[in-house]
Amino acid sequence: MTPLLEVRDLVKHYTAGGLFARGAPPVRAVDGVSFDVGRGETLALVGESGCGKSSVGRTVLRLQEPTGGQATFEGVDVFGLDRVALRRLRRRMQIIFQDPYGSLNPRMTVGAAIAEGIQIHRLATGPEVGRRVGALLEEVGLDPGYGRRYPHEFSGGQRQRIGIARALAVEPSFIVCDEPVSALDVSVQAQVLNLLADLQRDRGLSYLFIAHDLAVVRQVAQRAAVMYLGRIVEAGPTEALLAAPRHPYTVALLSAVPEPDPSLRRSRIILTGDLPSPSNPPPGCPFHTRCFHPSRDVRCRTEVPMLRPVGATIAACHYAESTPAAEMLVETR
Amino acid sequence: MTRVLDVRDLRISFPATDGHRFHPVDGVSFSLDRGETLALVGESGCGKSLTSLALLRLIPPPGRIDAGSVIRMGETDVLTLEGEALRQIRGRRIGMIFQDPMTSLNPVFTAGDQIAEAVRAHLRVSKAEARERARALLQEVGIPDPAERLDAYPHQLSGGMRQRVMIAIALAAEPEILVADEPTTALDVTVQAQILEVLDELRRRRGMAVLLITHDLGIVAGRADRVAVMYAGQIVEEATTADLFARPSHPYTQGLFASVPRITGPVQRLTPIRGTVPPPTAWPDGCRFRPRCPQAFEKSELSPELLPVGPDHRMRCWLAEGKLA
Repeated sequence: MTPLLEVRDLVKHYTAGGLFARGAPPVRAVDGVSFDVGRGETLALVGESGCGKSSVGRTVLRLQEPTGGQATFEGVDVFGLDRVALRRLRRRMQIIFQDPYGSLNPRMTVGAAIAEGIQIHRLATGPEVGRRVGALLEEVGLDPGYGRRYPHEFSGGQRQRIGIARALAVEPSFIVCDEPVSALDVSVQAQVLNLLADLQRDRGLSYLFIAHDLAVVRQVAQRAAVMYLGRIVEAGPTEALLAAPRHPYTVALLSAVPEPDPSLRRSRIILTGDLPSPSNPPPGCPFHTRCFHPSRDVRCRTEVPMLRPVGATIAACHYAESTPAAEMLVETR
Repeated sequence: MTRVLDVRDLRISFPATDGHRFHPVDGVSFSLDRGETLALVGESGCGKSLTSLALLRLIPPPGRIDAGSVIRMGETDVLTLEGEALRQIRGRRIGMIFQDPMTSLNPVFTAGDQIAEAVRAHLRVSKAEARERARALLQEVGIPDPAERLDAYPHQLSGGMRQRVMIAIALAAEPEILVADEPTTALDVTVQAQILEVLDELRRRRGMAVLLITHDLGIVAGRADRVAVMYAGQIVEEATTADLFARPSHPYTQGLFASVPRITGPVQRLTPIRGTVPPPTAWPDGCRFRPRCPQAFEKSELSPELLPVGPDHRMRCWLAEGKLA
């Protein structure tokens, strides 16, 4: 069976504009990213700020125009569509954001905001619209009567539910979830994560789940891809990726997760230095400036490693076979 | 152990629209010893940040610290200080760092200027000496090439570097206590690990007491000696870190643990706490967690005190009576 979404060699560069930045090199936010998302599946894109994960989500939906590459969704070439065809496609692909407040019009009732998509795509008319809005609010765990209220009357968790209801209104098969729980308190975060899981089960949805928190990723995604400076450096089944990471960056990211259990004295790898600028990425392996792999050498500084299968994942590291686990590294230091 | 801070029955109030005053912090007590890290943990709106601002008397009007509250640093009664004496507390005895280093730094002055300013605000040293101290502080917080970074403006520094500069400013006058309010929340995990390491090293080297304010139980597990969990303006559970994580006892604390996705162990459906945190204008009567509590019973309609559940372990829940008996 063909995947729901196929992305190949996606590139998104931002050219610096404005008075002070003329002639500056472009920011290589996404630099050749390929992945599939299957039906009913969640793929997580994980990485730190500036790694390009949000740009991937937005270009796939063509909320931003890609610089290069292909995306095929339900057999349709997404990047080749004209505006009319793109609008039709948007019914099938939706997005929910980290800050639902910023994406809701403060002067529009919640009901009107949810109804908008139904009306634009002519999915219902007359009283049927209101009935659907009520049903959607109920589906995301809110009182159907809340449709008459305005966004400011709701808490962060409730607004995120409204954002989800709004995305669901047009009956999509695919939703980009861009850090949907990062701004929420832990007790509310759990409610929203459970809701997303229930909706996936009930509606057969596919998610591209963009996140920085590996524990959240483990909770929601069957597969995960780790991004660093605009590239996927490692990808695979989430459990395998977390159990035996093969790219040194994945090892470092995993070891930095603060686990709420003091009896687990986990070894932390403290990465030195900062993320290099994506407008001037290092030559060779993009991670070589911060790498701690004992085998790192001149090859890492000159030759870009390609993603290749290593064990249960694919990793872009010349020496992925011998990448040590965090525990071994700290002991030998 | 030298006690460096004592907070007793801290109540902070703001006027409500109906003329009454409401209490976002309502009877908070804790103490801090030299060289110790105490974590105040809770979700948004629980009162943890207001509590930390009160230590520096920075509650924005029309908010105020109510009569009967006690904040003592050694012999000093912080709540009676005025003018110059109050200024001597801020920065000199308590340093503070906030979540967002970008908005706390002045964009038109260099890192070096801002650290040197903090040095000269409290210590009688020449400009050249202040600059040298600033350089040494940058080195101490782990900034590479500190001499060059003195002349960097905030926008030229990464988020992690800015937070290091904020720590250097907070340390400039060698305070006994460092209050860190969500110091790593705005930072990426690998940078967060670096900053927490820096804070821990400073605490060890200088014997500073650290009040760590956070919503993240993961950060607490690795860094704090003791934990106080706050809910609805009150401390609802306090214990040593090891004991709290081994035996979370208050239903709210238990709910927090069940809500957090884990990186190890089996993946299970999360068990969220039902409902949402009530606003401070509408704290419920009796036990404030009662409307959301899966274990609430008749007695929950009365307000519980902090009751012992074990050695150095107390919780604000009537269930404690059964646990000890």
